[in-house]
Formats: sequence, C-alpha cells, structure tokens
Amino acid sequence: MDLLNNLALGFSIALSPYTLVLAVIGCFVGTIIGALPGLGPSNGVALLIPISFSMGFDAISALVLLTSVYYGAMYGGRISSILLNIPGDEPAMMTTLDGYPMARQGKAGEALVVSGVASFVGAFLATVGLMLMAPWLARVAFKFGPAEYFALYMLAFCTLGGVGSNNQAKSAMAACLGLGIAMIGLDKTTNMQRFTFGNMHLFDGIDFLVAIVGLFAVSEVFHFIETHGKNSAIGVKLGKVLIPWKMLNDTKGAMLRGSGIGFLAGILPGAGASLGSFLAYMGEKSISRDKDSFGKGNPNGVAAPEAGNNAAAGGALIPMLTLGVPGSGTTAVLLALLLTLNITPGPLLFTERPDVVWSLIAALLIANVMLLIMNVPMVKVFVRILSVPSYILLPGVTMIAFVGIYSLTGSSFDMMLMVAFGVLGYVCRKLDIPTVPIILGILLGNAMEDNMRRAMILSDGDWTYLFSSPIAISFWIAAVLGFIAPIFLRRFLKKPPLPTTDED
Amino acid sequence: MKTTMFKVLGTSALLSALTAGSAFATECIAPANPGGGWDFTCRQIANIMYEIKAIDAPMQVTNMAGGGGGVAFSAVVADHNEDPDVIVAASSATTTRLAQNAFAGMTADQVRFVGAIGADPGVIVVAKDSPFQSLSDMVEAIKADPGSVAFAGGSAVGGFDHMKPLQIMKAAGFDDITKIKYIGVDGGADAITQTVGGFTQAMTGDMSEIVGFIKSGDVRALAVLTEERVPGFDDIPTAREQGFDVVAVNWRGVYVPKGISDDQFNAWAERLKAVAESDQWKAAMAENGLAPFTKVGGDFQSWVDGVIADTVVLSKEIGVIQ
Repeated sequence: MDLLNNLALGFSIALSPYTLVLAVIGCFVGTIIGALPGLGPSNGVALLIPISFSMGFDAISALVLLTSVYYGAMYGGRISSILLNIPGDEPAMMTTLDGYPMARQGKAGEALVVSGVASFVGAFLATVGLMLMAPWLARVAFKFGPAEYFALYMLAFCTLGGVGSNNQAKSAMAACLGLGIAMIGLDKTTNMQRFTFGNMHLFDGIDFLVAIVGLFAVSEVFHFIETHGKNSAIGVKLGKVLIPWKMLNDTKGAMLRGSGIGFLAGILPGAGASLGSFLAYMGEKSISRDKDSFGKGNPNGVAAPEAGNNAAAGGALIPMLTLGVPGSGTTAVLLALLLTLNITPGPLLFTERPDVVWSLIAALLIANVMLLIMNVPMVKVFVRILSVPSYILLPGVTMIAFVGIYSLTGSSFDMMLMVAFGVLGYVCRKLDIPTVPIILGILLGNAMEDNMRRAMILSDGDWTYLFSSPIAISFWIAAVLGFIAPIFLRRFLKKPPLPTTDED
Repeated sequence: MKTTMFKVLGTSALLSALTAGSAFATECIAPANPGGGWDFTCRQIANIMYEIKAIDAPMQVTNMAGGGGGVAFSAVVADHNEDPDVIVAASSATTTRLAQNAFAGMTADQVRFVGAIGADPGVIVVAKDSPFQSLSDMVEAIKADPGSVAFAGGSAVGGFDHMKPLQIMKAAGFDDITKIKYIGVDGGADAITQTVGGFTQAMTGDMSEIVGFIKSGDVRALAVLTEERVPGFDDIPTAREQGFDVVAVNWRGVYVPKGISDDQFNAWAERLKAVAESDQWKAAMAENGLAPFTKVGGDFQSWVDGVIADTVVLSKEIGVIQ
C-alpha cells in the first residue's frame, strides 16, 4: 500500500498539464538527439541542463524534462542503428548487428517497431524494478569488488568471439586492437602517460564515440566513394510499415530475458547500459536454436539488446539514486543535474526526499508511455527520413558525423581522429576483420584493466585473489564455457556461410 | 521528406550553437564535463554573481573537458592570456597536477590564482563494523603491517585523495610511505562502496562525498583534515586533535589569465569575495557539505604556491615525479 501511496504522490506532482507538455517536448527532442550519430543520451541531457536552468524551471519540471530527454534518446539511439548502421550512442551498438541487416532486407519498419516495443518493455520493467527494489538492490553493489568486476569483463570478452564475424581469430585480433587503443591516455593506477606522445588531447584517451562514428559512419563514406554509390550500404528500402504482431509475439521471450539481463547489468556501478545490451544479445544468441541467423537480421537480435539497454538505463538509476554512484555516462549527467538542484543522492534519498524520488519515477513512467505512443506511429516518418537517395543522404550523414563529434568534444583534433578511424574501418572491411570487437575493446578495456590492477594492489600481486569469491568464480566458469563451447560445437555444425552484409 | 531531414540537421546545428557560444559578457570555464566539482563551482559562481549584481549580464558557463583540466589550462594560456572576462574553475586537483607536471610542461605561474570561496574538507572513513575506533588505531595497524590496510579514493595514484593518508602517516613518523596500499576508483561514492563491501579497509575522500553514508550509518569518519571541527559534523574529530598535524582541504576557487592588469585581477577578487559572503553561496555550501574557506587575492596566490611546493616534495617521495 505504501508503494501505491508513494506512486500517487509522485503522479500528483508530475502529472500536470504543464509537466506533460514538457514531457512531450523532452521525448521528441530526446528521440532526435538519440538518432543523431554521436549525440546520445549523455550529451543530450548535458546540453539541455543549462537551458533548463536559464528557463528557470523548478526541480520537478527540470527532472521531468530531462528524464524524458534521457529515455527519448535511449529510444532514438536505435533509429540510426537500424537505418544507417551507425549507433547513436554506445549501448545502441548491438542493435546494429541484426537491425541493419533487417533494414537491408526491406524490413526496416518491422525492425523499428520491434525495437520500439522492446525499448518500452525493457524500460518499463526496469522502472517497475526500480520502484519495487531500489533500496534493497543497492546492496548488490557492495558485493562487487575488483576481482568480481574483472571476472565480469572477462566473461564479456570470452563470449565476444562470435560477434560480427564468423572467424574467431579475426574477432580476437580486432578485440586486441581495441584493447590496445584503450591503453592510450593517462594510466589511472600510476598516473603515467601511455602512447600520448605529449599530445594533451590524448591524455584522456580516445573518446569512444569518436571511434565508433569513424569506424561505422566515415568508413561507410569511403566505401561509398569507392563503389560510386553502387552497393553502398547507406540508404534502405522502404517496405510497408505495419505493426508486425507475429514478430512481436515471437520476440517477447527475447524482450523479457533481455530486460532481466540488462537490468542486472545496469545495477552494477560502472558496468552500465553498454554491457547490458551486449550481454543481453550474447545471452539470446547462446540460447537460440538458430544461432547462424544472428547477425543476418534475426528479430530476436534486435529485441534483446534494445530491451537490455533500456532496462540497463533504468537499472543504472538505482546505484545513482541510492549510492550516488553513476552506472553510466548518462546517469553521471543526471547526477550532476540532481546536485545542481541541491539534491544529494545517497542512501537516505528515498526517505529524506520522497517527493523527488517518486516524481522522478512517475516522470519515467509517463515518458515511457509517451515514447511508445510517439514511436510506433511515427516509425514511417523516420524510415522516410533515411530512405532518400544515397547521393543526398551521404553528405548529410557526413555532416551529422562531423557536427555530432564537434559538438561533443569541441575539438578539431577529434574530427581528424574520427577520419583516421574511418580509414581503419575501411581497411578492416577490406580484410574482412569485424569492427565491433575493436569498439568493445576500447569501451571495456580501461575498466577491465583498472579492476585487474586494483585487484593486484589489494592482494600484493597474488593472482588467486581473482578467484576468491563465489561471484567471481561463477563468472569465470561462465567465461570459460563461453569461450570453449563454440570450439567444440563447431565440429558438429557445418561451417556457417559469410554474413550477407559482406557480399560486395 | 526533405523538411524533416532539415529539421534533424537544424536541431543538431542549434544544439551545437548553444554550446559553442553566444553573446555573454563574462565566461567561466569548467575544465571538465558537466557534473563534477569544477562544473559546480562555475555554475554556482555564474548564478550568484548575476543574482547579487556583481556582474551586469549573465555569465556563460563553458565546459572544456580534457587532460584533467590541462586542455582548458593550455587554452587559457595560449588564447586568452589577456582576456579580462574569463575565469576558470580550479581546485586542489589543479594544483596537484601542476605540481606533478601533468599539464605537458605548463606551470602554475602561467596563470593567476584569484581565490577560493569554500573547501571540501578531507576525511578518512571506515565501514561501520571496522575494528578501528580512532585514527591512532589505524596508524598503529599500518605501522605494524603496512599491507594490512588498503585505502580507496576517487583520484588516481599520486592524486589528492592518495596524498591524504600519506601525509597522516608522515605526520605519525612513518616514512616508508610507498608500502601503503591505495587504489584509485571512479569517484568518492565508488570508493565508499568498495570500503563498505570490505574490499578496502578505509576510504580517503572529501566530506561532500560521504555525507549521505555518514547519516545512514554505513560508514564512520575517523578524522576530518581541517584546522577545526566542521560545523554540522561536530562529532567527527580532526586529525590534528588526535595528534596528527595534517590539514588537507579540497578548495573550490578560480584562476584567471596571467596577462590581465592588477585592477582587473582585483575586480575579480572583489566579486569572488562578494559571492563568498552571499547567503546563496552559504546555502549551497551547507547543501553540498562544503566548509567555509575564503582566501582571495595575493593572500591566496602565496598559499597556492606553498601547497604546490609541498606536493612536489611528497610526489617525489612516492615516485610519481622524478
């Protein structure tokens, strides 16, 4: 009953015509921000914080507006993933793997609807989870030390082999390349510079978004130039957009499983939405009877990571609100927002400021329903945007890539770096080396290394420390199985054909 | 269909225009992304200065992240050296990095430090079930077995959070400070979860980072590193009263370009002082666990020089710099 009373309190604050208008604006702006390559939830929210203050919003209005933008951007991230093969932000990356092949097969509309519904399911379940279990789940973070985190990342890397390519060796090579790139910058444990060549722009390492826009979007531009636009991946066929009820029904299991995995990954501080969508995808692939179809347009491969990343976004609010530990870049920005509103997240927030917490939760639920309504009928609009001829779309993509990166970092150095990554992506494509593992290496490499180094400091260099808790051991077992099982299974399965996207 | 496309492009252009700049008279550069202490300093100063009419037009806040503040520092030295309208947020992290030559050869004397308007007191914290009841208990345990106590903090090795336990052990007469275990994690709250979870035995950080956890009873503060007890947290003893003469506060302040005139420098010092004395700032400090710490003008510059000299000595000892 307490719960319902609290929720009623939240809605009574958040549900006024004025805040509803703000929620509509926030959802719409957020969706567009999310769809733009390079602009994701974190920079979207960051850009809007100063605006919401200069407009003199009170705490609740600012929260409603910015959480709508946050969730809107999480929804929007999938649009360019599916239509352009360019993820709008980090967690949307896994959606490209099956969403884009679906779009090329003329099923762009279906992919967008499935992913929109999956986003809703993931975000909705996570918000309910947040509501029911936040204070209790906050304790989970205390169980994760350096050894447990390292094992978790190890699990992610061990299951990486099959992503984006059928050649495990090439995947492994790409992952190592990514890990190598992640080493650039200040080493957090010793504060020494590595591979920066005295260039201050490299002190903080390579921004993940610079790499991803370069590897995905700019390399596509090079490919386009080479082929004079023939066979270019940019530009998709516009099929009939109907709500694919059967497909939704077929993918409901994937949505639910993805939500669960994503939510748990979101709760772990530092793991966040990217790991959530990755693990959701890998989990779905590993239990699927039809593994070969992943990466070629399997709707489950769209539903699982989308549910996963949106659930993780909700889950990440738990450590942020209850411990003040942001689980992802976006929650870090929301944390900043709360601090600027003079609300200090921490273990007492739920008891000391129930009005804030419950109106935030109400705002999330409102934003979610609104986004579902907004996204399913408007799918057609989004498909239309990106089904213009390549010779118009391509300069647009190039421009969006440059504007996005420049507005993110404000530095011309990063734009050059992005072009360099474009060249790398082009070369990899020629050599049939997948680029997804490179990106995951850059994304997860630092956290993995930091945790390993911390574990070694705490244990005086005793490597058995990494296997010292039941949680860590179970991750290790899962990692070893994930790595070895495909090698044995391959004997029994015929060699899979090359993915369809690589026919040139 | 084209109009929609243009709308999308227009929105991105608008967003970048909003960040890129507009016609504001004065500017505060936060050398990090939104959300950290520097961003907080800039936004509070910008709001309060305009509210109390210390400036005529709203102040623009610009985030210039990179290099741990180094990108902003070099931009100010290179491009704004004589710009009287720009201030840059700074804290102990700025001076620590300058002392450790982490800004690619740039030095503290290339800018002028105007003042600090508040400080986040340093604290040493343990989990509620820790065997250590006082700072002395912990110091004795480390003396007996330096590896038995690991600290977690929000800064990298050699950073400000790392220096705090080292200074305490030095004050206790323990010189083998490279033996003291420290892990740098992503921020103070993360350091607390590692300590509450039992992965480290103590947390070193700032008062603002621990307020919620102190109130909820998950952690106990063994010492606060200020000259006197902090108002509102009167039951936390200082290190000094426990016999360890260490004062370490993470001050919040600003620096300005080197090339501006003394009059312009003094004008900023006056405005900063007005902010420090305003009710709005006092309220913001109380909300965020900051303690009063006002030093402006030449007084502050000489204090900063002293802090940097001390940091250089300690950094050499632990091998962070040669």
